[in-house]
Amino acid sequence: MRQIRFDEIVDAVSGLAAACVRLSASAKRAMAAACEREECAYAKAALDMLIKNAELAESERLPVCQDTGMACVFVKLGQDVHIEGGLLKDAVDEGVRRGYAKYGCRASVLDPITRVNTGDNTPAILHVELVKGDRMEITLLPKGFGSENMSKLYMLTPAEGIEGVKRSVIAAVKAAGANPCPPIVVGVGIGGTAERAMLTAKEQLLREVGQPSEDAFLADLERQLLDDINALKIGAQGFGGGNTALAVHIGKYPTHIASLPVAVNIQCNAVRLERTVL
Amino acid sequence: MDAKILNLPCNKEALAGLKAGEYVLICGTLYTGRDAAHKRILDAIQSGAPLPFGLEGQGIYYVGPCKKDGKIISAGPTTSYRMDGYAPELYARGVAVTIGKGDRSDEVRNAIKNFGGVYLAATGGAGALYAKAITSCEVVAYDDLGTEAVHRLRVENFPAIVAIDSEGNSIYER
Repeated sequence: MRQIRFDEIVDAVSGLAAACVRLSASAKRAMAAACEREECAYAKAALDMLIKNAELAESERLPVCQDTGMACVFVKLGQDVHIEGGLLKDAVDEGVRRGYAKYGCRASVLDPITRVNTGDNTPAILHVELVKGDRMEITLLPKGFGSENMSKLYMLTPAEGIEGVKRSVIAAVKAAGANPCPPIVVGVGIGGTAERAMLTAKEQLLREVGQPSEDAFLADLERQLLDDINALKIGAQGFGGGNTALAVHIGKYPTHIASLPVAVNIQCNAVRLERTVL
Repeated sequence: MDAKILNLPCNKEALAGLKAGEYVLICGTLYTGRDAAHKRILDAIQSGAPLPFGLEGQGIYYVGPCKKDGKIISAGPTTSYRMDGYAPELYARGVAVTIGKGDRSDEVRNAIKNFGGVYLAATGGAGALYAKAITSCEVVAYDDLGTEAVHRLRVENFPAIVAIDSEGNSIYER
């Protein structure tokens, strides 16, 4: 049994809040490539501005986007770890509180009924998965809500099959239009239950932008859907052109004989993601 | 890119020459407002309570900024459709310009046309760059809303694109 102290977790999560001031490396590469090949002048100008913005944000440590999102924290917790000095959830929240304050992130989190702001971006959205070993991997995804608001869940019938899956993903991206700040990354979760499908979709956003699925069938489906989505010509910021999406990432999970769930979770152009291992 | 200077506040005549797809650089004053502030402004209009600012000729920027030591450090646009239910009434009461990102409803587009306003799109995700175009900010109403409070901003060469012009033409139409 390995001990990890509460304070170590607080410090680690607080450090990950640097995600708010820098675009992920794979997103930078994908944005540069998109700008390079873009032929629509309006879209190219928007992409160019976004690239310059990311450079400015990183060099002056400013939030890339004012929507520093809800802090989505994914913990892979080794079964042989014992957390000492407090609850994991409290440590994560304290890390988010300190880290977000350090970078001057706005307070974006509130009670859904009273609409009274918690004032410190807590609570985080915490997902814990127990894994083998005695390490703890923590990933922070600051998730903006222009894109989160465009999430969709379709409970298809088995008869609708792969064509139904494709139709659903395209419908979700089309309905989202310019709202989720394209160019986007499209996270898709196929199978499971309603909540498992949605979580699978979100977990796909933790991949490097454009990293294909390890499953050959899904990797092929990702390529097809990326082409179909970019043929929609929504384009960067909805200004047209061929860069509606930078990537499509698909995950799957076994489901019930009665269903074919398809969840779509969209990541905006400000792909912010930091990871550490304790 | 060529861009026209747009000084705000303005007379609506100044907007007639702006065409969908043209770039503008905004100079002068902008008021911030997003979901919660819009709800309060519309409630105030209905109950006859004083408004946080005179609406005539003004520009409203849909943004909830990040601030550090009282200075705005990131302030890109939020998605506009959430303010679609409020915008027609505000255009009718003299608001000249709204700034956000994404397409608007037919009701907003009609109001823009009927009252001679414009809707400008800013680049969603470019918060740090926009903060550089804001030279000062002060909260003028609804302080308790935090980032959603109404701020008066002074801006210099704030870049945007005419997304819906005063004749109702839209760049989102394809």
